[in-house]
Amino acid sequence: MSLTAGFLVKRPGMLSLIQDSGRFGAFNIGLTNGGPIDLLAFQWANRLCSNSLKATAIEVSVGGLSLTAQIDTTIAVTGANMPLTINGQIKDLWRSYSVKAGDNIALGFATAGVRCYFAVADGFIIKPRFGSASTVCRENVGGINGGELVAGDMLACSARATQIARITKTADITNTTNTTETRKQNLVLAEQERPIYSNEIILHTVPSYQQQHFSSQQQRLFYSSEYTVSKNFDRMGYRLEGHAIVCDIEGILSEGICHGAVQIPSDGQPIVLLNDRQTIGGYPKIGAVCSVDTAKLGQLSQGGKVRFEPISMEKAHNIFHLNLSRFKRTVLLRCD
Amino acid sequence: MTVVTSINKISIQLAGENALIIYFAEQTSADVSTEVSAQVQQAAQLIRQYMLHNPLQSAQQNIPTGIIDLVPSYASLMVMFDISTTDHHKVRNSLRKLLKGIENDPGNINQNSLPQPSVVELPVYYSTESGPELLNIAKVNNLTIAEVIDIHQQQEYRVYAIGFAPGFAYLGEVDERIASPRLSTPRMKVPKGAVAIADRQTAVYPSVSPGGWNIIGLCPINMFDINATPIMPVKVGDKVKFKSVNKNEYLALGGTLAALAWNETAAWNKTVIRNEKV
Repeated sequence: MSLTAGFLVKRPGMLSLIQDSGRFGAFNIGLTNGGPIDLLAFQWANRLCSNSLKATAIEVSVGGLSLTAQIDTTIAVTGANMPLTINGQIKDLWRSYSVKAGDNIALGFATAGVRCYFAVADGFIIKPRFGSASTVCRENVGGINGGELVAGDMLACSARATQIARITKTADITNTTNTTETRKQNLVLAEQERPIYSNEIILHTVPSYQQQHFSSQQQRLFYSSEYTVSKNFDRMGYRLEGHAIVCDIEGILSEGICHGAVQIPSDGQPIVLLNDRQTIGGYPKIGAVCSVDTAKLGQLSQGGKVRFEPISMEKAHNIFHLNLSRFKRTVLLRCD
Repeated sequence: MTVVTSINKISIQLAGENALIIYFAEQTSADVSTEVSAQVQQAAQLIRQYMLHNPLQSAQQNIPTGIIDLVPSYASLMVMFDISTTDHHKVRNSLRKLLKGIENDPGNINQNSLPQPSVVELPVYYSTESGPELLNIAKVNNLTIAEVIDIHQQQEYRVYAIGFAPGFAYLGEVDERIASPRLSTPRMKVPKGAVAIADRQTAVYPSVSPGGWNIIGLCPINMFDINATPIMPVKVGDKVKFKSVNKNEYLALGGTLAALAWNETAAWNKTVIRNEKV
């Protein structure tokens, strides 16, 4: 696999980060997971480019990214409603496009949702750090220099990417006998299959960790109140505002924090911890939100409304597998 | 399914959709015993051995793989698994099997199975210039600054956990005479190398970060260097001793004036941040 040119970052926008499926196995030295906040949208972007589901893409928060292609390849953008243009012409999200060297690709600012995923055929080639290319700015690890994309960054793609644009060999196309036909073939996710980014969501939560240190009354309060996303929301966590929840204990011995854990600090305002969370911490936790819902939470911004709903671990697994099988079952359609 | 009824202090609880947490002692108890910490370390070692590095062996022993990360801490071990290939029942069962040895005989830790602990000496430039809280800790506890420095150096600390940020090692336990609560309003930025105290814990900040611990000095040694081997000078279970050095020695060992200059800049200003409790 030879390194070639790829894409040149003209404007990085508000916050654009290189992400693959995340960094696992380095928690013991304090490195968190990172990875795409909206895993579903990330995986769709990769499928639209006929990639592995873990291929390295760009997570664009809020918008404003602008790139110049230096090779002929295929791209796809999924996620929040950001206006996408190629050479100034408005294009759709949730489908792939063939681009040529010299093409300008730009994303405007999101009208619904927060995060978009920009994938390219075969993924970007970024040197992995601790087994992953995912950027965690707080740790200065991953991406190109441990930080967000800046103007002038060169994002390499593999030479094979240029062929992918002309050869369709994806399992997504089921109703074809010739799976290696050599004409341009793009893919689209049918409109009814696309996620809808609502501003009011339910967070299904497995009661866990220190839940027994919250009285039954406090737990009822937590699961019956509406919370609003505060101005403090980022890849580390979403701080919510609403009914304060009281815990019987003030702190605990610092312990591992899982994805989606709901931490209740002394002011009683819940914080849902996401991909870039600290690896261990000493605040009590009432439960953990399941990953299908943290993906939706990550598309909310200040003012978004959430409610927590307690579910069993079995139900959490059911929700996960139902969504996974729906994702696998959904077939992408051919388009021009 | 065999139900293990005699859980000898070890309990496996739910953490989240893809994580279980093993508790080796009460999470609310203030004191941390070295035995519990050693148990955590041994359990982590066992699981790593069987599930992360030996997928073949674990298959032979009918232990499902699918464990993707481990998070050891003071008295707990969080186990993350891949929800698409396994579930919490399977993971819980295999953990019970693996931990039986430790569970039945918690006092008998097989030291041979653990990585050899080493004693790591870390130089510290203690001064009011490099440690803004030194004076306050002395005042509150009716000690002189020299006594505070002395007490902090006397102890051999155990590395109980690594986390919060890359390379942040929690060391304990600090002598009660100099134990100090976290700052009520944590700093937005703490300089790299800051040696600090929070209650009966002490640590060296591996990089510039927010923090609410009481800073008493600066350490010139890199606590987390992605290009070094090993990446960190310490590992969980190691012992750490601090050794006082003067300003010139601090600079000669690689300490920077930039870290010192923080003292005079706005970066030291105390500002409320979130997630400060570590």
